[in-house]
Parts: sequence; C-alpha cells; structure tokens
Amino acid sequence: MRNFDYHRPTDIAAAARVLAEREDAKLLAGGMTLIPTLKQRLATPTDLVDLGRIAALKGVRREGNGLVIGAMTCHADVATSPVVREAIPALASLAGQIGDPAVRHRGTIGGSVANADPAADYPAGVVGLDATVITDRREIGADDFFTGLFETALEPGEIITAIRFLLPKRAAYQKFRHPASGYAVAGVMVADFGDAVRVAVTGAGPSAFRLDAMEKALGASFTPGALEGLNPDALELLTDMHASAEYRAHLVGVLARRAVAAIA
Amino acid sequence: MGQFGIGQPVRRKEDVRLLTGKGRYTDDVHLEDQQWAVFVRSPHANAKILSIDTSAALESPGVTHVLTGADLRDGGVKPISADMNFTSREGKPMFKPERRIMPVDFARYMGEPLVLVLAESLEEAKAAAELVALDFEELPCVTATARAAEPDAPVIYSEHGSNVSVHWENRAPDEIDAIIAAAPHKVTVDLVNNRLIVAPMEPRCAVAAYDPADDRITLWSPTQGVRPAQASFAQLLGIPKEKLRVISDDVGGGFGIRSKRYPETAAVAFAARKTGRPVKWRGDRSETFVSDHHGRDQVNHCVMGLDANGRILALRLETIVNVGAYCGDNGPRLPIDGGGRIIPTGYDIEKFYFSVKPVYTNTVPTDTYRGAGRPEANYIMERLMDAAAQECGLTRDEIRRRNLIPLSKLPYRTQMNFVYDSGDFVGVMEETLKAADWDGFQARRAESEKRGLLRGIGIASFVEQAGGRPTEEMRVKLGADGAATVFAGTFSHGQGHETVYAQMVNDYLGVPFERIKFVQGDTDTTPPGGVGTFGSRSSMMGGVAVRRSCGQIILKGKRIAAHLMQANAEDVIFEEGLFRVGVSSVTIEEVARAAADPSKLPEGEKPGLDESNLFEREADLMNFPNGCHIVEVEVDPELGTVQIVKYTAVDDCGVVLNPLLVHGQVYGGVAQGIGQALTEDAVYDESGQLLTGSFMDYGMPRAHHFSHIEAHFDETQPCKTNEIGVKGAGEAGACGAPPAFVSAVCDALKPYGVKHIDMPLTPERVWRAIHSAKPRAA
Repeated sequence: MRNFDYHRPTDIAAAARVLAEREDAKLLAGGMTLIPTLKQRLATPTDLVDLGRIAALKGVRREGNGLVIGAMTCHADVATSPVVREAIPALASLAGQIGDPAVRHRGTIGGSVANADPAADYPAGVVGLDATVITDRREIGADDFFTGLFETALEPGEIITAIRFLLPKRAAYQKFRHPASGYAVAGVMVADFGDAVRVAVTGAGPSAFRLDAMEKALGASFTPGALEGLNPDALELLTDMHASAEYRAHLVGVLARRAVAAIA
Repeated sequence: MGQFGIGQPVRRKEDVRLLTGKGRYTDDVHLEDQQWAVFVRSPHANAKILSIDTSAALESPGVTHVLTGADLRDGGVKPISADMNFTSREGKPMFKPERRIMPVDFARYMGEPLVLVLAESLEEAKAAAELVALDFEELPCVTATARAAEPDAPVIYSEHGSNVSVHWENRAPDEIDAIIAAAPHKVTVDLVNNRLIVAPMEPRCAVAAYDPADDRITLWSPTQGVRPAQASFAQLLGIPKEKLRVISDDVGGGFGIRSKRYPETAAVAFAARKTGRPVKWRGDRSETFVSDHHGRDQVNHCVMGLDANGRILALRLETIVNVGAYCGDNGPRLPIDGGGRIIPTGYDIEKFYFSVKPVYTNTVPTDTYRGAGRPEANYIMERLMDAAAQECGLTRDEIRRRNLIPLSKLPYRTQMNFVYDSGDFVGVMEETLKAADWDGFQARRAESEKRGLLRGIGIASFVEQAGGRPTEEMRVKLGADGAATVFAGTFSHGQGHETVYAQMVNDYLGVPFERIKFVQGDTDTTPPGGVGTFGSRSSMMGGVAVRRSCGQIILKGKRIAAHLMQANAEDVIFEEGLFRVGVSSVTIEEVARAAADPSKLPEGEKPGLDESNLFEREADLMNFPNGCHIVEVEVDPELGTVQIVKYTAVDDCGVVLNPLLVHGQVYGGVAQGIGQALTEDAVYDESGQLLTGSFMDYGMPRAHHFSHIEAHFDETQPCKTNEIGVKGAGEAGACGAPPAFVSAVCDALKPYGVKHIDMPLTPERVWRAIHSAKPRAA
C-alpha cells in the first residue's frame, strides 16, 4: 500500500470538499474492494475519505411507500433489521447472502452499489426493487444507474447518501454462489409490484439487467411455469473460468423459477 | 497404560498455546537491523531475459541492496539439482534442466523469482521492486499436461528437444497388450488428476542472519525437518552444513511442499551473509500461489482386461505427469517410485505394464502434496474398478471383492516390488459396507428423489504406503528431577507430536504426561540423524526410535536401580515407572536423581539418563495403511450442485496411538481429497498466466461442503514391519475421498448414462453431463 492522506469527515459537505480539492481522492466506505486493491498496489489514491463517521449516512427507515437505507449501512445491519425484514424480506435475505460474516459487518450498501461489481448482489436488489439511488446532488433511477462493467451514472466526486426501495407486494432473491469468492455466478431478484413485475439479474452480464420477457410472462401469470423457455440469450452473457454463458443462461432460468416458486 | 498412555484420546498439549496466539511462527521472528526482502518475479511464462536494470530501484528511498541471479552465482550459490536418475528402457537418461536460483538468461514460469530487493521497510522494498526494469523477449509457452507431450508442442528446453524428461517403463508392453486384446472384458478410462494449489495456512517465510564471528548463517523458516533443510541449503550456498543453523518454530501446515528447496529461501540466506545484515521475507498469499510448488497434475490412460468372472487379467497404464518448469525435489519421482509406487494398490494383478512420462511445462514445479502419488494411484485403480464393474455386470463391491488381495495371500509382493506385510483389504471393505448401510441405500435414494434430488453412493478401497526415508533419530532425556524431554528428529507441523510422543514416553517410562517436554526444529538441538516429517513416517520412524531410546533408558536404569537396591541388574523388573527386585523397588524418578549423582552410580557408569536412538529400517520395509471410504451425495439435477450427505470411513492404520489425532488426520485428508474432487483446480491460461491466483478464484473446500464424517479404525492387522505395529495415517483421506466421491456422483447420474466426470466436479461439469445425456435418456 502506498502512502496517502487519510480524512475522516463528519458531514457530507466536508467529504465532498476533500474530493473536489485533492488530486486523486477516493471514497472509503466499507473498503471490501478498495482495501485489497490498495494492498496489491493496484490503486494509488492521494487521499482516502473515510465515510464511516458521517452519521447521516447510516441507518434504515420507512418513508411512505418506501424503505430508505443509508449508504453506509453494513450488510449485516440490513440482513438483521426488523424494519427491512418486515418491509422487504427479500432484501434482508439478499444482504444476508453477501460474502461471509466479516464482509457483511464491514461492507456497505453504498459501497457495493457505487463499485458496481458485475457479480455483486445488491445491484440485482436495486434494479429488481426499482430503487432510487440518492446522492448528494440528485436522485438516479435504478434503470439508469448501472451503465457497464464497474461503471455507474455517478459523476466524479458524487457521493451516494442513501438508496430508496419501493415496497413490492412480494419479492424473492435467489443466488448461485461462487464456491471460492461467494459472489453471485448468477443472482435473480423477482419482485411483484401488483401493476408490474420486475426481474433483475446480477452476475451474468457486465452489470445488472432486467429480463423483459420474464417480466411480461410473470405479469400475465405469476407462476414458475410461465418462465419456461424464457432463459436469457447466452450470447449476451459472461463467460469466464467459473461458468460459461450457456450455463449462466440456464442458471438464470432456474433461479428465476425458484424465486417465483418461493413466493407464488 | 493410564489415561495418558498409548491408544488414549489425549487432547493435544500444543493446542492451548497455538489456539491462544502463543505459537511462534517464522513471521514472529524480528531481528534487530533486519532488512525486508521483496522478490521481483517473472510476469511471463517463458521468456528470454534481455536485460535487468536495477539502477532506479537502488536509488529508491530505503533500499539497501538489489541482488540478481548473477550476484548469487558469483557468490558461489549452486543451482538446484534434483537427486534422481530415471532411465528409459533403452537406457536413455532423464533430462533435468538446470534450475538457477534467480536465473539471468531465461524465465521459465510466471512467478519465477528474478531479482531480490532489500530495503529498510517492506513498503520501501515493494515500491523499489516496481522500479526494477526487466526486458524480455517472450517465447512460446506450454502449460497443459497432455499438450506438452505432443510432438508439435513448443519445446521449452531446446537442448533436449522435447518436453518429455524421460519415458520410463516398468517392462515391455507386448505381453500385457496381448492378454488385454484376448480378454473377454476390456475397459478403458482416461483420467485427469487436476493440479492443486496447496495453500497451507501459514504462507512461506524466511528470516536469516549472519554471524561473522562464527562465520555462520542462522535461517528461520518453516520446514518439515531442519536436518534435511540444513544439508540442502548449505549445499546450495556452497558452505559446510555446520555453517548453517536452521530453526523451524511452529509451522502452519506442510503437506509435502514445505520440505522442498525453494529459491527464495536460499536467496534470503545468501543475502544475509552477503549484506552483513539480517533479511526477512514473508510471501503473501498470492505470491505463494505462484511460487509454492503445486500438487498432482497427471493425465492417465488406463486399459484393463478381465476374464469372464470379472477377475483382472492384465493392466496397462500410461501416465503423463506435469512437473512444471523444473525437476523438483520429487516431481518426476512421484508416480514412479514415490507415493505412486503403490500402484496397482490393493488389487491382485500380476500382469502390469506401467509407463510414465514426466513433462516440463511453463508452470510452477509440481511436487509432493498430501499423498504424493498415492491419491493419484488409488484414483486410477478405483475409477478402473468402477468401469470394470459396469463392463462385467457386477456390483462395485463385488468386483472389488473378486480382485482385492486376500488376507491369505499376505505377505504379498507387488509388481512395483513392495511387500504388503499386513492388511485385510476385503475385511475392511465389508466392515465399511456394513457401517455405511450399503444395502439400505435404495430406500435413501427413493427418499431423496421425492425431494427432486438424485442420490448416489460411491466406494473406494485404497492402499497406500508410509514410512518414507529409512532412518530417524530420536533422543529421550530424563533430568535429575525426573522430568523427561524428547528431542525429536521428526518435525511436527500440525500433527500433534508433542502429545503423541509424550503419550509414548508416559507409557514406556511412567513419567507423568505433564512432565514430558518436547524439543524440535533447531539444528543446534535436533539429533544429528534427524530426518523430519513427511510421507506419514513419524509414527513408525520416530515412534520406534522413541521406544528404543526409552528401552535404552530402562536398561541403564536397571543397572542404576540394581546398584541402589544392591541387587543384580538382571533381576530388576521395570513396570509402570517402578524398578523392582522382589519386594524392594525404586521409582524412575529416584533412579533419575541417582543417575545425576556420580556417587550413586555403579562403577564405570556415566552419569545421566539421556539416550538417543538412530533407527535404521530396511528401505523397502515400509508400512501399508489401507481403508475403505463410502460417500453418499445428493445432486441437484437442475443446478448441477453436489452435496455430500453421508461419509463413512474405515481405516487400517495399524495400532492407533491416539484416536483423536488420527481422526483429525482422516478428517483433514478427506477435506483435502474432497477439495480436489469438488472445488479445487489450478488453472493456467494459454499464455501461462495463473488464472486462479487468489482465494477469490481458487475454490478451497468449506465446512458446508461436508457432512459428518463417520470414521472407524480397523486395528485387527497391526503392522509387522515395526515393533509398535503402527501404520501411517496422514494420507488416507486424500486417497479415499476423491475416487469415492466421483463414484458417488456418477452413481447418482446413472439414469443419464454418465460414466465419468473429470475432477473437479464443478456444478457446470455435472450439469453438462446431465444436459448432454438428456436426449438419450429420454
């Protein structure tokens, strides 16, 4: 790890100021990706801005027909929060399946969403639950947020402050874990909002994406059987040493059917 | 005898220390004025080194020295040369490329150390390492095992003209081929024994200091025995072994790879002397992935002929073993006369042809890893037996029953010239079948099916060999206070020797368990004939030497006791810590006290009760642990995932010295075996980059992959080649688990006509096997 200046602001404005003023400042949330990257000397920021002391970024609250989770809320807190469990049990379940206990007690929702790892779990939750990413400047709809491999709509220096989820009538998340990393080889969030169904996939493409055909089919008939023959096109999915695109396409189909079966 | 004696489940003495963070590992060694070492490694799999420019690194803050292979060579450091010479049937010698410590001409695998940077701090050393400018000309590379042996594959060492080191054969194949051709039944299997990254919990580490007054280097490093390390590193450094002291404190796992000569260790020791300041190197995890030797990596082509009754008539095996870029200390030896010499394991086969081609590739050298050829050999035989069962229309237990060497044929000389002294292979299998409720499987399969899961059961009957090198020295000393100290030539790196030797001394001498100390891992105190711990040898080699040392103590004790009791030494009986003649007796404690007092000794008797024993065994009189493992799995046919739901093991490791420790060996071996079969695979891409470069990509098995392991021992056949009746226990699980597991998964997929899937049985591979078979099954 190379030397850097470490900042620990207590409010968002101070954090934004450091980001703006310093040459190559990086935000540190839970550090689950950034710290290993620093240790391998693959990232060499001049400054680290630790968001851990900004109280406004933490916590879970109900807000009208929504659930708002502060960006610095760790996965374990989301997984065990009675508020989340009551409002969107599928989201609590998703958070509880991330990594291992150590990761869940350090990693944060804001960090995960901003990092946009193609195999992270939260992107499926954000897209599937039609969430809104709230930053210090604006609100970004889930469908516009993830733009590519490790890429988001965030502008330089923009800080995620919270994620607001809509409450579905019912939702379920199914994940196929990679045996080594625990990341999703494929993960599917199915959410039924009454007037619309959303199906979001992570782990299988460069970033989280929705499956229109599955959404339409489930809108007509919310049964596992409705998804037969609607697996995504393997040509559009990732192939790596862990899983071929063909297998991933198959997994997405199985996981989607199992998610529906769990709540149908 | 007693609750701390042989055979008792005594809890490990060392655990409180180790589990409360009081262990002392090499990384805990910090020397005053030490420099931190970082190695610059080859980014290429195969490349000509055009230039090495260290000037910028030398200017970097905190840097003290930058050494290249030229500095080492000029400083008298020798290349690593493997002590083995196999020849082809025509008498052609094997080819062993020179392995320079930090070569200056060619880099032969990604991760090969090329430059050593020393600095005041680790961070400064890392920063400077990035400034070393290396200029390469990349060359075509080869990494895949079978590919390396093909005539049109890129040849790494042009001076040899082929990647095949030697084509070794045990005999001419003609007679075998003729028998197989005429056999009523014939089976062919092609197998991959996947390459593994060993990844012991403690990464590799070396600290060295040079004392000019003594002209002696002290090297702290995790090993599996300090004496061989002393001899081999002294040889590499070109110094007499007295000028090198090796200390291994606590070690977090060895598994075979820890005992090898690594270039980094030699370079660190050299640098300490060259620079006159201590040097410390600690490999980080990803660094150990590309620099610690890997394990396994064979492909096998196997053909077997059987008669109408399913009796094996002849066997033909062809193995290609990927030994990596250089000839490791044991690499090519493993299938031929290392652990793999156990082939054809427990089966009564008189007509056997065996061909081995070790091939060089642009990968980390492979070497011994838990079993070191035995798991590969047993995997070959067990996959063959499953195929034979299917071919002959017999059950998997019946084909084994018909071919395992019966107890009545022992002692049995194998085609590879081992003599099995003991072992009821059929009996152990029957016991396991019963313990696993083999006959009740169909009901369990039906129950799983109701839950949409395919259940399978698999069996493996294995034999391995243990004992390793034929000498070992152990010393037992009784102090004047009656406390005992064991000075071990073996080296515990997790096995629990501190406990088990204390049990033995407690048993033999009656010294209280808690008054027995254990010393190992320092060439200043380790007996000169010490060898170390590998190949499951410590129970037999160290155990017998401890027993004989204790015997020598008793003999001398009798003379002293006789003198104290004014009796004849021949009349003294020693039992449970008491020397007795008639109704008089003295305790061993009293004798120990007297032994330290010259006035109480018989004339001519030297003071002290301090005996060392160098046990020398006839080289081939090893011991042959064996067992049978039965696994049940459930396969999710939609996802391709496999879950172990039942695991039954019966192991014959002779007399069990401590069932707790031996159970631990079985569990650990099974875990590593299942790792190989289910999740582990070291993958290189075509350009020679290691794709599985960290635990994010390399799948170590986790607790949830396992079910409870029901482990039993069969102690009815004590070993006849040693006086305590022990057989090794370390490798059993790694031998039994992979074939039993693969057998179980193939059994589960029987409805789809699946006969074999190569390890590791990843969900995608299992799914593909089902998926591709589906149209035919429908």
